[in-house]
Amino acid sequence: MKVVKHSFDGVIVGAGGAGLRAAIEAAPHMKLAVITKLYPTRSHTGAAQGGMSAALANVEEDNWNWHAFDTVKGSDYLADQPAVDILCKEAIDSVVELEHWGLPFSRLESGKIAQRRFGGHTVREGEAPAFRACYAADRTGHMILQTLYQKCVSMGVTFFDEFQVLDIKIDDGVCKGVIAYEIATGDIHIFEARAVTFATGGFGKIYKVSSNAHSLTGDGPGILYQKGIPLEDMEFYQFHPTGIYRLGILLSEAARGEGGILRNKDGERFMERYAPSIKDLAPRDMVSRAIATEISEGNGAGPNNDFVYLDLTHLGAETIKQKLPDITDFVRTYVKIEPINEPIPVQPTAHYAMGGIPTDVNARVLSDATGTVLPGVYSAGESACVSVHGANRLGTNSLLDIVVFGKRAGQSMVDYVSSTKPMPLSDNAAEDLTNKIENLMEKNHNPEFSVPRIREELQDSMEENAKIFRSEDSLEKQTKILSNLRDRYQNVTISDKGKVFNTELLEAIELEYLLDMSDTTVASALHRKESRGAHSRVDHVERDDKNWLKHSFAFKNGDSVKLEYKDVELGNYEPKERKY
Amino acid sequence: MDVKVNILRYNPETDRKGHWEEYILKADPDERILDLLHKVKWFDDGSLAFRRSCAHGVCGSDAMVVNGENMLACQVLVKEVSTPIKIEPIRGLPVIKDLVVNMDSFFDSYKKVMPYLINDDEPGERERLQSPEDRDRFEDTTKCILCAACTTSCPVFWTADTYVGPAAIVNAHRFVFDSRDNASKQRLEILKDVDGAFRCRTAFNCTSACPRGIQVTKAIEDVKRETLTIN
Repeated sequence: MKVVKHSFDGVIVGAGGAGLRAAIEAAPHMKLAVITKLYPTRSHTGAAQGGMSAALANVEEDNWNWHAFDTVKGSDYLADQPAVDILCKEAIDSVVELEHWGLPFSRLESGKIAQRRFGGHTVREGEAPAFRACYAADRTGHMILQTLYQKCVSMGVTFFDEFQVLDIKIDDGVCKGVIAYEIATGDIHIFEARAVTFATGGFGKIYKVSSNAHSLTGDGPGILYQKGIPLEDMEFYQFHPTGIYRLGILLSEAARGEGGILRNKDGERFMERYAPSIKDLAPRDMVSRAIATEISEGNGAGPNNDFVYLDLTHLGAETIKQKLPDITDFVRTYVKIEPINEPIPVQPTAHYAMGGIPTDVNARVLSDATGTVLPGVYSAGESACVSVHGANRLGTNSLLDIVVFGKRAGQSMVDYVSSTKPMPLSDNAAEDLTNKIENLMEKNHNPEFSVPRIREELQDSMEENAKIFRSEDSLEKQTKILSNLRDRYQNVTISDKGKVFNTELLEAIELEYLLDMSDTTVASALHRKESRGAHSRVDHVERDDKNWLKHSFAFKNGDSVKLEYKDVELGNYEPKERKY
Repeated sequence: MDVKVNILRYNPETDRKGHWEEYILKADPDERILDLLHKVKWFDDGSLAFRRSCAHGVCGSDAMVVNGENMLACQVLVKEVSTPIKIEPIRGLPVIKDLVVNMDSFFDSYKKVMPYLINDDEPGERERLQSPEDRDRFEDTTKCILCAACTTSCPVFWTADTYVGPAAIVNAHRFVFDSRDNASKQRLEILKDVDGAFRCRTAFNCTSACPRGIQVTKAIEDVKRETLTIN
């Protein structure tokens, strides 16, 4: 295989919101490359819809402490409170900065940035829903991604588009660079870089029904996990309440923020029973559980009683057109329903990983549960776990997370690069990876061990056994299934033996990350004998602060997973019963 | 139901030119064209190459020609097209493999129009103000996802690839009509050029092709008219 060598000070892997925000911070101070397996504007940040919260108080009184309270309560008290303070305090300047860079927010009559209500965000610590989410219609993520990319273009940031990073080189605990595969040619590229940020997004593709893009396969967490870095809080995976039935395409919480109502087969507004004060605007974990409960009790709609309705019919055509144009178009395109006149069939959809690569508040990757920093390696955005989302992320806080901690990752890269010298990588640094690829290419193809078959069984079984409600039985069962899939993966084969755009090869490598993400999710979920946030154990229904107010760290231990724990960092808010 | 799909295949490592391959697939009428491509790739021929990511029309990866028209494969359902379904790469850009084209010149044209806010005035500690009416002036063109469906449907672009093309003009429009931007004049100078907006012959192909429903031809007309205001 042809091997090409490059020398940079810093490399950012991933060009979604977090990667681009880090690049804007780091690029003026070092020789920097941004490497992405897509084109930057294809990143999944662009699919985010509803908004980005910040206590701007443009509509009503607000302050960042209330935002912090809501975030901590929403997290079911698992978030680290000093990190949440940073998130909510820096939110305000982050939104203003994006506006200054050109982000076309929707506007109020006053000319200020428009703000809307969103699940779990309240004024005065739970009094009423807050107008806190800054938005651009229902395409806020698209606008953030475009604005950050535009800023990078104006700065002349160096991009390697459609290059997929497949390995990191860490010698004696020090980062030296990454190895990437050029999708168009099949060439291998060694990138010397002493500072590396992983901003590779989530891994929703471990589930069958997901709002996530095909590209979201946990690449960054997978690469580091295979090098012995633990993954934090993997049992906490968010299911968004309103995915389009069967397809999983996201219908933003903004639909409920603007007044949309969830109804069961009898037309009942069932959230009144589950969250009497904020009803349909309860946090996502609670609403998804409510929907799953309605369905399991026979209150679901349709011939199989397996969905509920999102009803927007009372909002009026004008509000829908102005504020929810994209999501209503999705419904027209994929379900052929007119949401102005008819309610929309929805079901919970795998959406967001609260867990991921453990970092401190400066995006520095931690290599163990005691907080040891791995020099030169950073992570931000969904691939990272700071933790600001704890056991359940509030809507809009992910777009905030990517800019606040993306910026901090960029700053940390600058600090590190300015205080260290270049570290050379040997010309044979890509050997492990080229061997792995050549091995895959040489094996005769056997459809029995094809990527799609193993992946389909993985997604189907995770959907069945490790979704919203889990039990020791379902998780034990899934552990066995994963072990069997892992065995089969050892024999995985591909049919395409070419060099040019061999995406079958890349899907085979991504499948290993999906298996890693599933292993750690299931092992962490099996060990946590309580219910908290998005992790609901039917055999341990109560939250147990005495034993479980802690973060899990899942380490690779041969083919199994080893778990360690770290206490949650508390702050202003003592854990209380979580009611809405 | 059985669906007949014809795909224009080309592998630079083995083929001198493209050729049509036929596939008979079991498909549900509600499935996306992208689902058909996945069926071929996952269960028939793993070497089939195409780009895709979000699979619901927001990332812009999978623009292709389906039955002669540009569209996103993830945004059109089987029941909406006639069979046999003919799938080809978008036109006017060099094919890398199968349905994948080289996008370099497309992004170069985009970068040429300075697609970023330019305003050196001190913005202050809070957001700049902008009235909802001013915000509305460029609403339509903020929706662009750079999928290239418009540019590669343009007959002028097919014959003159130096033409910046509809997508670049759409992205210039997004800033030219933004009340916060101060560099309209520079952008309009670029678009007054021989390869700029006046190459447009108002064929409206771009408007029909846009998967985001942007009134592309109208945006180009707006830009043309605006160039007349600068000296």
